[in-house]
Amino acid sequence: MIAARAYMPDGRIGTGLERLEVEVSRLMALFAEAGAQKVEPGALLDADVLLDLYGEDIRGRAYVTQDPVLGERMLRPDFTVPVTQMHAAHGAEPARYAYAGPVWRRQEPGSGRPTEYLQVGFEIFDASDAARVDAEVFALFSAALAGQGLAVETGDLGVLFAAIDALDIDARRAGMLRRHVWRPKRFRRVLDTFSNTTRRAALLDQTVEDWRAAALTASPQNGIRSVDEVIARLSDLAAERELPELSGEQRQMLQQVLDTKGSLFSALTELTELSHNFPPLAKAAQRLEARIAALDAAGLDGGALPFAASFGRTTMEYYDGFVFGFVDRERPDLPPVASGGRYDALTAALGPAIPAVGGIIRPEALLSRKAAS
Amino acid sequence: MKLGLPSKGRLQADAISWFSQFRIEISRTDGGREYAGSVIGLDGIELVLLSAGEIPRELAAGRIHLGVTGTDLVREKIADPSVITPVQEMGFGHADLIVAVPKLWIDVDTMDDLDDVAARFRADHGMRLRVATKYHNLVRRYFSEHGVADYVLVDSQGATEGTIKNETAEVVADITSSGETLRANHLKILSDAPILKSQATLFASATAAWSPETRQIADELAARMSVASFTPPAQQK
Repeated sequence: MIAARAYMPDGRIGTGLERLEVEVSRLMALFAEAGAQKVEPGALLDADVLLDLYGEDIRGRAYVTQDPVLGERMLRPDFTVPVTQMHAAHGAEPARYAYAGPVWRRQEPGSGRPTEYLQVGFEIFDASDAARVDAEVFALFSAALAGQGLAVETGDLGVLFAAIDALDIDARRAGMLRRHVWRPKRFRRVLDTFSNTTRRAALLDQTVEDWRAAALTASPQNGIRSVDEVIARLSDLAAERELPELSGEQRQMLQQVLDTKGSLFSALTELTELSHNFPPLAKAAQRLEARIAALDAAGLDGGALPFAASFGRTTMEYYDGFVFGFVDRERPDLPPVASGGRYDALTAALGPAIPAVGGIIRPEALLSRKAAS
Repeated sequence: MKLGLPSKGRLQADAISWFSQFRIEISRTDGGREYAGSVIGLDGIELVLLSAGEIPRELAAGRIHLGVTGTDLVREKIADPSVITPVQEMGFGHADLIVAVPKLWIDVDTMDDLDDVAARFRADHGMRLRVATKYHNLVRRYFSEHGVADYVLVDSQGATEGTIKNETAEVVADITSSGETLRANHLKILSDAPILKSQATLFASATAAWSPETRQIADELAARMSVASFTPPAQQK
């Protein structure tokens, strides 16, 4: 057991370890050939940065430890954040980085998923032609995994954001939807509240003076959220009752975009069609078109790639554009052997907005398939 | 067979009288000051007096065979539910783990509201809405199930209801039975179902060393309680 590592019962000793080292070197050599500079971020990260970015949920997924001086530290749950920080501090654009090392994840008891595993990754920070850069990363991962018999999945969270824009609704409501793109259940709840105009009608019918009196009768000022904030929100809620409900056509469009599944080409056709009535979707369609052309130019059959608009929606928070995964359909016990995508929103949250796209390969999962086959 | 009981208080007194219905008489030595006691009525039970909060851990580690504690503490502290088996709910120590906000927040009734408030609060105050609790795991899971973002848990091991007035939190998630402390601190409970409904429960450890002798005692206890045998299946050698 002591020689076991993620997906490889003998991965820490002898030939198992050698095979792994050879595979990691092969991938790192490929990434270096693609122009990447090697980086090695620290394993202990500032917990505040990750908490700000991912919210409290990250505590359930990462190991937290305490330093008497530095405060809360987290064992690196991924490389994206520290690599982005390194780039922001030292890098000049455009830049390509490669890295290899362990990440640590807390797992639900009984899930059987490893708490420590290797990632070999590649990231590009480049503000030029997004379609070309997306295609470069995808083509690189395709080449690295060629002949492995893995199924490809792609998606684009930017298409979902475009569908929200295409609803052409009140800015606050659009913001609520955008905020919860990665949480489908909450997204649905938010949509439902748009059509629920009867909830708390008695309260919302009252005047600002009534609300102030009601709040201050209920309780003295308690805590830092003020009566004015309560009243401001009630005013917004009351005003929102006057907004039109989503039309059947709007709902149908949103659902159709969320359900889009097929090839990149069929998705392009579908979005182009929808954009006649919902013009903001035209931009998303153009992005798919540019992606197909860029993938074709990189020597891949872009239009034929599988595409699902909702792919990566629940698992890849902070990816906000093109996303991809390489999976083994015969091995549901394995995570995606590789995954990645565009994360412009993450760099913007960490500091200066730098368009960025990248991905990781899980070499242990990759080798465990070879052992099994 | 080691039986863990809360070391003091109402929970202990209720547990002692609960066991007496099964002809098991527990008495504290030295008028209750010394943390020791004796068990009469079923031979071979050794009493271990512990803080109720430590009983889940001792059960999980297999250092005690049986223990009395609240479901809330077991669910919060034990990540792997398979190591502790609930034997019988005891019908006292009822309490709900709930989410409460200031009564002043007349705009908030549900977790849906709370999520919306969290987003606005972060925009207005430049920090995430602070939720004071000692039940970090249960609360995080509950907020995650409700898809609430933009909040942060702050640890509060006691007097949690006071954290809002002290301006160290905006929301509390705590155990309550009558709700009186909440009311006294000008707080109200959200109308969603509670995070957890808890009560005092007799638990058995699946990891303790269950010898033929301890199994026999446990089976006798199970028979008196009219419940199925709760000892784990004997390990195949």
